[in-house]
Amino acid sequence: MFGRLTIEALPLYSAIAAGGAAVTIGGALLVAIAITWLGAWRYLWTEWFTSVDHKRIGVMYIVLALIMLLRGFVDAIMMRAQQAMALNSGGYLPPEHFDQIFSSHGTIMIFFMAMPFMTGLINIVVPLQIGTRDVAFPFLNSLSLWLTAAGAGLVMVSLVIGKFSTAGWTGYPPYSGVEANPGVGVDYWIWAILISGVGSTLSGINFIVTILKRRAPGMILMRMTPFTWTALCASVLMAFAFPALTVACGLLALDRTFGMHFFTNAHGGNMMNYPNLFWIWGHPEVYILILPAFGVFSEVVATFSKKRLFGYESLVYATAAIAILSFTVWLHHFFTMGSSPNVNAFFGITTMIIAVPTGVKVFNWLLTMYRGRIDFHPSMMWTIGFMVTFVIGGMTGVLLAIPSADFLMHNTTFLVAHFHNMIIPGVLFGYLAGYMYWFPKAFGFALDRKWGLASFWCWMIGFYLAFMPLYILGFKGMPRRMEQYNDPSWQPYLMVAAVGAFVVLLGIACMVMQLYVSIRNARKTIDVSGDPFDGRTLEWATSSPPPAYNFAVLPEIRDREPFLDMKERGTAYQRPAAYQDIHMPKNSMVGVAMGAFAFAFGFAVIWHIWWLVAACGLAMWVAMIMRSSDDDSEFTISAAEVKQIEDARYRALASQAGSRS
Amino acid sequence: MTQAVDKLLRPVMGLGAALFASACDLRHSAVLDPKGPIALAERDLLFDAFCVMMVVIVPIIILTLVFAWRYRASNTGATYTPKWAESGRLDAFVWLVPALIVVAVAVLVWRSTHKLDPYREIASATPPLDVQVVAQDWKWLFIYPDQGIAVVNQLAFPSGRPVSLRITSDTVMNSFYVPQLAGQIYAMAGMQTRLQLLADQPGKFVGRNSMYSGGGFSDQHFEVTAMTQPEFDAWVAKAKQAPARLDAATYAALATKSRLNPITFYSAVEPKLFDSIIAKYTHAHHAPAAGTPAGAAPRR
Repeated sequence: MFGRLTIEALPLYSAIAAGGAAVTIGGALLVAIAITWLGAWRYLWTEWFTSVDHKRIGVMYIVLALIMLLRGFVDAIMMRAQQAMALNSGGYLPPEHFDQIFSSHGTIMIFFMAMPFMTGLINIVVPLQIGTRDVAFPFLNSLSLWLTAAGAGLVMVSLVIGKFSTAGWTGYPPYSGVEANPGVGVDYWIWAILISGVGSTLSGINFIVTILKRRAPGMILMRMTPFTWTALCASVLMAFAFPALTVACGLLALDRTFGMHFFTNAHGGNMMNYPNLFWIWGHPEVYILILPAFGVFSEVVATFSKKRLFGYESLVYATAAIAILSFTVWLHHFFTMGSSPNVNAFFGITTMIIAVPTGVKVFNWLLTMYRGRIDFHPSMMWTIGFMVTFVIGGMTGVLLAIPSADFLMHNTTFLVAHFHNMIIPGVLFGYLAGYMYWFPKAFGFALDRKWGLASFWCWMIGFYLAFMPLYILGFKGMPRRMEQYNDPSWQPYLMVAAVGAFVVLLGIACMVMQLYVSIRNARKTIDVSGDPFDGRTLEWATSSPPPAYNFAVLPEIRDREPFLDMKERGTAYQRPAAYQDIHMPKNSMVGVAMGAFAFAFGFAVIWHIWWLVAACGLAMWVAMIMRSSDDDSEFTISAAEVKQIEDARYRALASQAGSRS
Repeated sequence: MTQAVDKLLRPVMGLGAALFASACDLRHSAVLDPKGPIALAERDLLFDAFCVMMVVIVPIIILTLVFAWRYRASNTGATYTPKWAESGRLDAFVWLVPALIVVAVAVLVWRSTHKLDPYREIASATPPLDVQVVAQDWKWLFIYPDQGIAVVNQLAFPSGRPVSLRITSDTVMNSFYVPQLAGQIYAMAGMQTRLQLLADQPGKFVGRNSMYSGGGFSDQHFEVTAMTQPEFDAWVAKAKQAPARLDAATYAALATKSRLNPITFYSAVEPKLFDSIIAKYTHAHHAPAAGTPAGAAPRR
């Protein structure tokens, strides 16, 4: 009846694991009680969970990302604490718990923090920047969100029922195979990734079509914002790269669940195919995450330098070049697997070639700051912090791209320091810059600057304290993922790294404070203009938060900084002669339902509860057919309603202008 | 006055001393303090590439900070050109300079990768010492085919003589790693990878598995000992005296999971044991495809 699910699955093997489970359940209960107490269930269901509005879906993605950031960070600080104390001793975590933690940390940060954060920002911003009323496939967008949430849910549930994978976030076989790891851990990992991966593939397709087909009149490709360009390139990468991950994990699942032999040691399996497939997704994935962050930096650096972005065309070509080259470098993740020098040298050189367009981008941001008027808004500080720190990571990346040097540094903490040095400044700082930059657009009031700056400095200092020692430990030959060690000269560095993690914790605390203070002061800091930063691009032309239809009349685009262009020509905030009826997609509960079925489906496969697998599979199929045959999926906002909403906005704008003068 | 200066200087000097100590410590770290020509060449590559990269990295960091300060909004004296956004010359510069650097490093990569191919035996007047390496949960077995001995968790050899390693795994994927002498290569079941090393002087070094392989991973280190020739001969003779012999049954018992195994000698080894460990995976239930010698992958 319950497959291999028994009472043994409860995490009573260690007090810390049981504590983690208790915190997870307690947190979920607390949120549920709070929502019930506020009587907000109906509101959340009708206005948010079933919404197909890209802005709300974007906000939900980012809420998911921030929750998972906390979870992933708890993993990080537990690892740093363990390694700081584990000289010739077991520390406080047994190996079979420590390895779950490094596996879930990487999995969560990549798939359930960075990916939803990026998808959320693209969702909120891109349709506004290209001047459309919604994405090309609004329902698909909702489905993507709930599939991602289902994957995240599986990772969270593994804390309470059963164990998570111990095979690292990359899950290399044969260690992740059923012979070495017969439990449910790797299955949790596989199904969390498979289910959310489908969501990511669909998001990619959705945004390719949206950006290519839904731009406002006059918005030719070379007038798109740099963020939209990076979103387009990242979406293309998502659509092409994620299938490789789906195949790799799917084959691994067949090995594990049905005794097949794609990657096993014996019976004709070949484990070397797995790293190839995994990294054919995995390297483009780095750019899927980093390109949109580059896009944010490009927007932020122009806005807060009060200057046109330098070298727009160069930047666009550099973005496209990175996107294409990202598919040509995957082998650099395993130079040490025994390929011939021709193969290794080829992939070493292609890897370095990517440094060229990346370098171009850095110079472009630099030259945008040159002769500007720089406002040190937190978003700008994230950008400057990124530029200074990221080049160090780029440099260590080039060192690792030399195959023979990689023989020395691979699999050490030097590698760990390198990719954190790319992903924390390059990805996370970018998303946080975007979060602080576009928050007023999404909610109509700005985030507090002081707490934002405090958060930035804590993250920045914490980052250096946490990761510079790991570079040194790499030189000392310390492998990654060590639960304990016997070399006393490593410990001081690991202690400094642990201090760094605690400084980052302060940075996260500042972010929480920032949110709290900003919401508390929201009434005072409300932004009627929709343009708090003297913006240059189209998203600032509409109100904050924008109405459901984004733009009452689709704007005519004449420049690559359309809103600045309108302000300069005096056509910004102009009232149109007349409004028209607007057709919008209806909310749908099918997305949530399919996400729930997908979650149950994954859970059932993991625990071999086959009747539930069949039931959920059937339910998803039925839901899909029902949705596909539903012809009544749109509703109309009448011209009169549009006029009412717009009139209210113009009244507010006028009263603000009046109070200012 | 002097007291005040003293008070100010003390923490600065303390910090300086700490940095200096750290720098000295770093100089003796495994990767930066190689003890053989292979690891030395690999480290020098790191240094060369590092220096080339500094040509771009340092100016970018300095310019970022200088521009951020000089063009801060409150500095109204600085030039402000809000519409300036194109410059063909600068465009050419920002594409060409990184491209030139990449060309330089690419030449370095092509040459060094071929020269330091871990499958290429080290040129030397003395023929290399052959050692077969088997990764197990969670220890390393070294088989000396010419000496007819085997040892767990110790790799010994004469300094000055190249060592040619053939590596496989009898468990999950491992990575055989000796940072001061050779770097690393993966060990995979049913396959053989290779690594060459040479120690200039006698000495003791640490070897590890660098690829996570389960609960005993943290303890999976071994001793690497470079000896003088007489010491090595004595070491072999000592191994020859060991009571234990590595036959099929002893091997099967050894291959089960165990942690922190002490250095153990075997005075004799079942013939072709290494090949049979590889063949166990390639021959199980399936004959290898015609023309595929067992264990030749990943590369012949």
